Amino acid sequence: MNSVETKDVHLYYGDFHALKGITMAMKKNQVTAFIGPSGCGKSTYLRCFNRMNDLIDGVKIEGDILIDGVDIYKTNIQVDDLRKHVGMVFQKPNPFPKSIFENVAYGLRVNGTKDKAFIEERVERSLKQAALWDEVKDKLKKSAFELSGGQQQRLCIARALAIEPSVLLMDEPTSALDPLSTAKTEELIHQLKENYTIVIVTHNMQQAGRVSDYTAFFYLGELVEYAKTKTLFTNPKDQRTQNYITGRFG
Amino acid sequence: MAFGTTSSSHKSKHLAQSAAFFIFRLLSFSVVAILLVILGFILVQGISVISWEFLTEMPREGMTEGGIFPALVGTLCLVAGSMLFAFPIGILSGIYIHEYAKDSWFKRFVKLMTNNLAGVPSIVFGLFGMTLFVNQFGFGDSILAGSLTLGLLALPVVIRTTEESLKAIDDSFRIGSLALGATKWQTVSRVVLPMAFPNIITGLILSIGRVSGETAPILFTVAAYFLPKLPTSIFDQVMALPYHLYVISTSGTNIEASRAMAYGTAFVLILIVLLANLLANWLRRYFGKKVKMN
Repeated sequence: MNSVETKDVHLYYGDFHALKGITMAMKKNQVTAFIGPSGCGKSTYLRCFNRMNDLIDGVKIEGDILIDGVDIYKTNIQVDDLRKHVGMVFQKPNPFPKSIFENVAYGLRVNGTKDKAFIEERVERSLKQAALWDEVKDKLKKSAFELSGGQQQRLCIARALAIEPSVLLMDEPTSALDPLSTAKTEELIHQLKENYTIVIVTHNMQQAGRVSDYTAFFYLGELVEYAKTKTLFTNPKDQRTQNYITGRFG
Repeated sequence: MAFGTTSSSHKSKHLAQSAAFFIFRLLSFSVVAILLVILGFILVQGISVISWEFLTEMPREGMTEGGIFPALVGTLCLVAGSMLFAFPIGILSGIYIHEYAKDSWFKRFVKLMTNNLAGVPSIVFGLFGMTLFVNQFGFGDSILAGSLTLGLLALPVVIRTTEESLKAIDDSFRIGSLALGATKWQTVSRVVLPMAFPNIITGLILSIGRVSGETAPILFTVAAYFLPKLPTSIFDQVMALPYHLYVISTSGTNIEASRAMAYGTAFVLILIVLLANLLANWLRRYFGKKVKMN
């Protein structure tokens, strides 16, 4: 079953043609990695799935993007509803200047949850899912800024999980983290795919190899190759993929 | 040249650095010195009249004796009135311009106009206030007319301060909030504004300092030459510190006799501005800490 499905997606930043007819489908409860050199369009494509590109002036998107069967650009859905359904974790950890507890509760509160017990229970569960609970359970009232970079990123993951999205987008989630935190986050991604569909953009091919089930290689705004991760890395069909994964460019 | 020995080019490089920093240091100290000299001069000249009575009594004997109480109260009324008008309009405009308005000709036009408004000489505000508030709206010379005029003067400062404070908040916080399904308004009110609050407050208090010292805008709209009683409504005239200072320095009944009074008034005026700045500093630190913990 497909969680995310796109048909012939074109995206323009003003005159710049950033995505050139991307058609692909991402399977439910699988990890799909997007790789490719800087500027290839992989992050731009990712940001289509929760309509983050709407925030940029002068962006035009064509084609169909379906999340769990719903066309998110053509159907009359509220963008905040969509973003509840499609969570996102960013490159740089961006916790709010609030307490650890309030960071995780934020998504629930803005979506109208008032039940205190429910929020407390959900915050605890999300922090556990993000493998952060044991480190913060005694200091939930402390500022999120007191956490280390790796902890902050796991807090941001917990924050995204608290509103129970079905799809989790991760835009280079470990590029600002040290190796140990990176390993922890990757371990976390493994566990999360049981309940979530994960799409991860990464610069790091080893990481794509370690965490993903499927890998898509983007180049100059095109989807060059998309296959099972093992297949793509051991037996790429396209010469450009071959060149990229063997480190000949990028 | 072996490592560890000192060459002549090495020496001259460091000499140049020392000379440059010496000049920078000297110039920045001179700025502080100028301020201290002005304050010291005014204090020395006015110290003889500064007392509790000076602050709490009516002027007497053709303003050569007594205190500045009505002018002090007048200035406080005007500051309060102008802020009541300028803060809500200015802050909301600033939020709108920075957070909501799309980059269009309209936004650029509003920003251009705000900047131009900030550059308009204060006497022009005075004339405008007299024409519109005093005559057209029929408020007469009153606290209301004076406050509105001063408020107009403060408006661009407040708008700019708000805008700048919002600009300082990294977009990653907004994006993080929106990505959790928050609306734009929730993002602004729950994440952005609390973060920008300390800086906005600081800017607002600095604008109070500016408003309290203005003379030209109140000249034709509210300020009374001599009025030894307190206002009872917003349609009353009041005395005000800057205008009082002007009056007793240039057109009092006995300028020589009221010289010390003038310096005393100047000192109080400067003190108000200085206290406002200190308060701004303190509030910024206080809220800066609080926001993080929140």
